[in-house]
Amino acid sequence: MKTTNNFFEIFSLPAAWEINIDQLDIRFRKLQQEFHPDRYASKSDIEKRLAMQMAATINQAYQTLAEPLSRAQYLLELEGFDANQETHVTSDGQFLMNQMLMREALSEAKFSDDPRQALVSLSIDALENAAALQSEFAQQYGASAYNDAFDTLAKMQFATKFVNDIAQLEAQLEDL
Amino acid sequence: MALLQISEPGQSPQPHQRKNAVGIDLGTTNSLVATVRSGSEEILPDEQGRSLLPSVVHYDAQGVSCVGYEAAEHNSSDPLNTLSSVKRLLGRGVEDIKTLGDNSAYDFVADNGGMPKINTAYGLVSPIQVSAEILRKLAGRAELTLGSMLDGAVITVPAYFDDAQRQATKDAATLAGIKVLRLLNEPTAAAIAYGIDQQDSTQSRCIAVYDLGGGTFDISILRLSKGVFEVLATGGDSALGGDDFDYAIADWLRVELGLSEDLDRVEQRILLETARSAKEELTDCSEVQLDILDTCLVLTRDTLYKLVDNLIEQTLGACKRSLRDAQLTASQIDDVILVGGSTRMPRVGEKVGQLFARQPKCTIDPDLVVAMGAAVQAEVLIGNKSADDMLLLDVIPLSLGIETMGGLTEKIIHRNTTIPVAKAQEFTTFKDGQTAMSIHIIQGERELVADCRSLARFELRGIPPMVAGSAKIQVSYQVDADGLLSVSARELTSGVESRIEVKPSYGLSDTEITQMLQDSFSHARDDMRARALREQQVEADRMIEDLQAAIDKDGAELLEDAELQCLQVALQDLQQLRDTSEDHRQLAAQIEIVGKTSEEFASRRMDASIKQALAGLSLDDALK
Repeated sequence: MKTTNNFFEIFSLPAAWEINIDQLDIRFRKLQQEFHPDRYASKSDIEKRLAMQMAATINQAYQTLAEPLSRAQYLLELEGFDANQETHVTSDGQFLMNQMLMREALSEAKFSDDPRQALVSLSIDALENAAALQSEFAQQYGASAYNDAFDTLAKMQFATKFVNDIAQLEAQLEDL
Repeated sequence: MALLQISEPGQSPQPHQRKNAVGIDLGTTNSLVATVRSGSEEILPDEQGRSLLPSVVHYDAQGVSCVGYEAAEHNSSDPLNTLSSVKRLLGRGVEDIKTLGDNSAYDFVADNGGMPKINTAYGLVSPIQVSAEILRKLAGRAELTLGSMLDGAVITVPAYFDDAQRQATKDAATLAGIKVLRLLNEPTAAAIAYGIDQQDSTQSRCIAVYDLGGGTFDISILRLSKGVFEVLATGGDSALGGDDFDYAIADWLRVELGLSEDLDRVEQRILLETARSAKEELTDCSEVQLDILDTCLVLTRDTLYKLVDNLIEQTLGACKRSLRDAQLTASQIDDVILVGGSTRMPRVGEKVGQLFARQPKCTIDPDLVVAMGAAVQAEVLIGNKSADDMLLLDVIPLSLGIETMGGLTEKIIHRNTTIPVAKAQEFTTFKDGQTAMSIHIIQGERELVADCRSLARFELRGIPPMVAGSAKIQVSYQVDADGLLSVSARELTSGVESRIEVKPSYGLSDTEITQMLQDSFSHARDDMRARALREQQVEADRMIEDLQAAIDKDGAELLEDAELQCLQVALQDLQQLRDTSEDHRQLAAQIEIVGKTSEEFASRRMDASIKQALAGLSLDDALK
């Protein structure tokens, strides 16, 4: 299908880092009202198949744009970067050192007297860190400094993974 | 608001024929069928006025002797030929069933694919065939009540059913001759039944549906806003339900009676029957007297709770996980709905209420609510009811992935992703000159392949020999709105393609289904022909009507003259065959030709309509 080229175009939104999530939500639902396979249940097999492909694309576009990390990745892909590769690593020594320290703190948190509390304070730091990286990305992307933004993106991947790992540990503690 | 249609005098519009669509709840213990009549959902009872159909099938040497209540009467006298709770076996292998631990009651035989067959007086039958008998019975009940053939059905499945279990359910419907409009997740169906009256509410609300049936447990967290039912997360256990309460009680009985662990089958059945009725009586009483195998026993509620509390705790663990997946806390849930017969046990409502810190709702009969919601969805899908306001966005319950080096899993589509969904991934070859690669598809959350469900293995052959690492193999995964997966693989430099429908390791093959269909119809071949012809005629009529309308509307704009002419000719041929042909295959072939001819047109119309949908957006945003 021709309309699937650009996820922003699907929602008639400008390709930008800043996104109005409420607007995205409304447009997502509006499009699914139109193209969801349930709307085509009594149509021909061909139309059913087309509708399924369309609905799948709309879902993918929505998920990509709704999450900051995947949105940043997608913006740089539009600029010709292979942003999905995990092989791109930042060369910022300070950042890497910092990450190592935080990883150490995470593995120690499990054995601390109050692991839950330790995880909560780690989580606050991690979220702050992720937010700071996002505004750095916004600035660089806005200034068309794509190579810098690409470097920041690699850091954002680190930061997001770290936030997820904390959440997973918290979940494990809760299940015990 | 719907506008009245007024036509030119003498040109009455074609009467829009009402179609018969039903919702079927194919349960572990009981099944039922519902439809929408005069705008409201109703359960279709049997001739004795009973809503439920026990999911029990009895076989004798001639075949199926009876289904439902009648079959259940054979339970104690003829346990080996009285099959119940087969939903627990759907889409599972013999090895899986051993780990369920409760099915010593039947004689199992593994066929060469590892699919379990049950040895009965009639011979070997598969769980899919048994389920088909139950579906056939319900469809018959519906056709009798509605006075004509069914046009389609929505069949519900536990949200936590994996691909193999869903496929098995769909195969059972095919065997029963039922056209499946959609497989619908049970908790989502319940949410529709509860939420349908509140569509006008402008506030969005989060609801949790706790669904504990006879053999399965589901928890779904949904967000409802303006008629959109969006599933945020789902979880559960497709092998945990009220049956497990019965087993726990039966085991207590066995110990109290001083019996050893190896009981004969009749004793097992007696213990289970006693356990089940004791459990049900304790819903209203605080203790119950049991007269079993010439001994008198007393079971109190407190004892019952000791036996089942850890099972209930397991379900609460799944609730917490789903809340986390939905990124919500218990206090953000506005409503908790109880579904499934096993939620009648007061202890269940109490524990669920504690977790969510609110009184759960059960204003609609928990045994009936799923079928009722399915009926509403069926009515929308068949086209009787305007679908302007209702939309379901469901998710895939378990992650899909593939096996990588060292028996590890790599997730391709994560659980709780909104469906339909399509993902593609690129791989390369490992050795110089490698011409084939095998792909192992799995479903589950664990790191090790051995801990996940194996869905299918397939091989991509004919890769042109190249240096290791230079072939580009793209594997595409697609999960449709029923939650069913299909996979294709393509070598990008040469275009070699391999497409498979994921036929689960423990399902029926297409040839087996065709064979079974032929067998079941062989007594009534003429009947089958007439039915098949009628089906194709309906399909032809629909196609002619739809396509003509599309051409009238968009033909001039979207088609070249030659294309238009080509389509018109194909349509005329179809109309002629529709009016004259007695051969359903001939008609089907022409339908396919028209379909192929119109594919490009359909694609262009879809592209045009996305632009239209967007054109209306700025106004909608303003109105939000």
